[in-house]
Amino acid sequence: MVDLTHLRTYGQIAWLWIRAAWQYPTSFVLLAVGNGMITGLDFVGLWIMFAHLNDLEGFTLHEVALLYGSASLALAFADTAIGSVERIGTYIRTGRLDQMMTKPVPLLVQVCADQFTLRRLGRLTQASVVFGWACTYVDWTPLRVVVAVSMLVSGALVFFGLFVGFSCIQFWTTDATEFANAFTYGGATVTQYPLNIFPREVMVGLTFVIPVAFVNWYPCLYLLGRPDPFGNPEVLQFASPLAGVLTMAAALLVWRSGVRHYTSTGS
Amino acid sequence: MSSDPGPLIDVRDLARTFDVRRRVEGKRRRVRDEVHAVHDLTFSVAAGEMVGYIGPNGAGKSTTIKMLTGILVPTGGQVRVGGLDPSRERVQLARRIGVVFGQRSTLWWDLPLRDSFDLLQKMYRIPPARYRENLARFVELLDLGAQLDTPVRQLSLGQRMRGDITAALLHDPEVIYLDEPTIGLDVVSKGRLREFLRALNQERGTTLLLTTHDLQDIEALCDRVIVIDHGTSVYDGSLAGLHAQGGSSRTLVVDLVDEAAPIDVPGAQVRNVEGPRQWLSFPSDASAAPIVAAVASAYDVADLSIQEPDIEDVIRELYSRGA
Repeated sequence: MVDLTHLRTYGQIAWLWIRAAWQYPTSFVLLAVGNGMITGLDFVGLWIMFAHLNDLEGFTLHEVALLYGSASLALAFADTAIGSVERIGTYIRTGRLDQMMTKPVPLLVQVCADQFTLRRLGRLTQASVVFGWACTYVDWTPLRVVVAVSMLVSGALVFFGLFVGFSCIQFWTTDATEFANAFTYGGATVTQYPLNIFPREVMVGLTFVIPVAFVNWYPCLYLLGRPDPFGNPEVLQFASPLAGVLTMAAALLVWRSGVRHYTSTGS
Repeated sequence: MSSDPGPLIDVRDLARTFDVRRRVEGKRRRVRDEVHAVHDLTFSVAAGEMVGYIGPNGAGKSTTIKMLTGILVPTGGQVRVGGLDPSRERVQLARRIGVVFGQRSTLWWDLPLRDSFDLLQKMYRIPPARYRENLARFVELLDLGAQLDTPVRQLSLGQRMRGDITAALLHDPEVIYLDEPTIGLDVVSKGRLREFLRALNQERGTTLLLTTHDLQDIEALCDRVIVIDHGTSVYDGSLAGLHAQGGSSRTLVVDLVDEAAPIDVPGAQVRNVEGPRQWLSFPSDASAAPIVAAVASAYDVADLSIQEPDIEDVIRELYSRGA
């Protein structure tokens, strides 16, 4: 699956979409700025909250900013890279998926690259700024740098997996975007807060079912040198890459069975 | 190229069943119905053939094309294209076939035509020299030179169709499937497109499978016609044979200078009279010349035109006679 030539083809398709978007530069800039402002308001919301509180279940503003920035960065990256996989239902209805199936490039590569847009550049920028600011409060050690980098990569992988996996529902019911969004964007929203403000069941669900806790919560606990408030084993704080790979692998399996279902029903 | 000279497309007892759920009054659960979109379909196409694949809407044409391209898995029988099993070896097969879905463009709407072609070169990994050569040849044959640097959204329907056909051919496919390629085009564009497809077939031996409602497409291009109805082949042979078998007729429309009694000439029957205009039908395989001559010598004729039989009528006739 992960073949470098496919990655190159992905880049070539994406590049064409960027150039196509540039045919309307004003619209492109307005969308990116608008997107950045909306996500920016997200963080302003947290800021206002902290103007009235000193901490959130023991987490200070810059600690929450670290959680928020890292999750937001991973989400923005995943959304930019493969966000169009959400539109499979539309591709099925319009026959575009059939067209893609007659091309000698794996379907997933084509679907993900299709209508590639840098509209999320706004979110990416905003997330980078927040994350960068929060990083200045971290007490860095070499291992923490490694954990931070692996957190961002694994976080993106977890979201890749969730996007692909939940979008596959559309192979069975051609319109289920909202349902899928509840898990992808919904999961991302929850991770903006320290998990210990939620009941224990939420933490269990976000660890073992929709593993977004590995996107930021566990590795951030390590970066901040905090003991796990739920008393979970410390090894979880290093398990993000495993969670990313497992989520992605599960998603690819779902994808394959989705495509098989499609080619055997033609719906 | 394989050393085996067997047919390029080989379809045997092909079947495709769909489950359709249907609501029935009084039952809570929906009832499952089996729809046989394609069944007992057998045909083969040799390399270099130009075949018209026709039939009424819903007859199973696109289901067949989807199985030939690997988009759909058959539920019965077997299909081989160039020795490959399309649904299992879809990506490999894609390098060897070209597909044009009439009303759906694969071109980049907002970018010059050339950009879409360049991307296809990369997707199909066409050697640069071969790509340049093909592009130059197709652009010349299809008269697209001036449009190469025009955004696709500014092209006319005919130009876009020619662009789509070029896009499907750049990688030298052995077989090309065309779905309604001339739909919506004006007469000049249709003619040019047919000419191009014929040249392509002669120069490169590209096999062509054409679905269309336009009988003239078939007449201009195809030596062979496969008619499908209710999911299975009801005729496979020459176009002339189809007319003979379907017992179809052509219509001579005569505009007389003055109103007259129904025209009486040998070989044709008057079907309708409306003032000075009369409709005469005569068998499709008969020549129109003697009839036209007979009418012209006996009457004062203001105008004449010949209407070809509608392919749908021919097929309906064929099917109702239980062929």
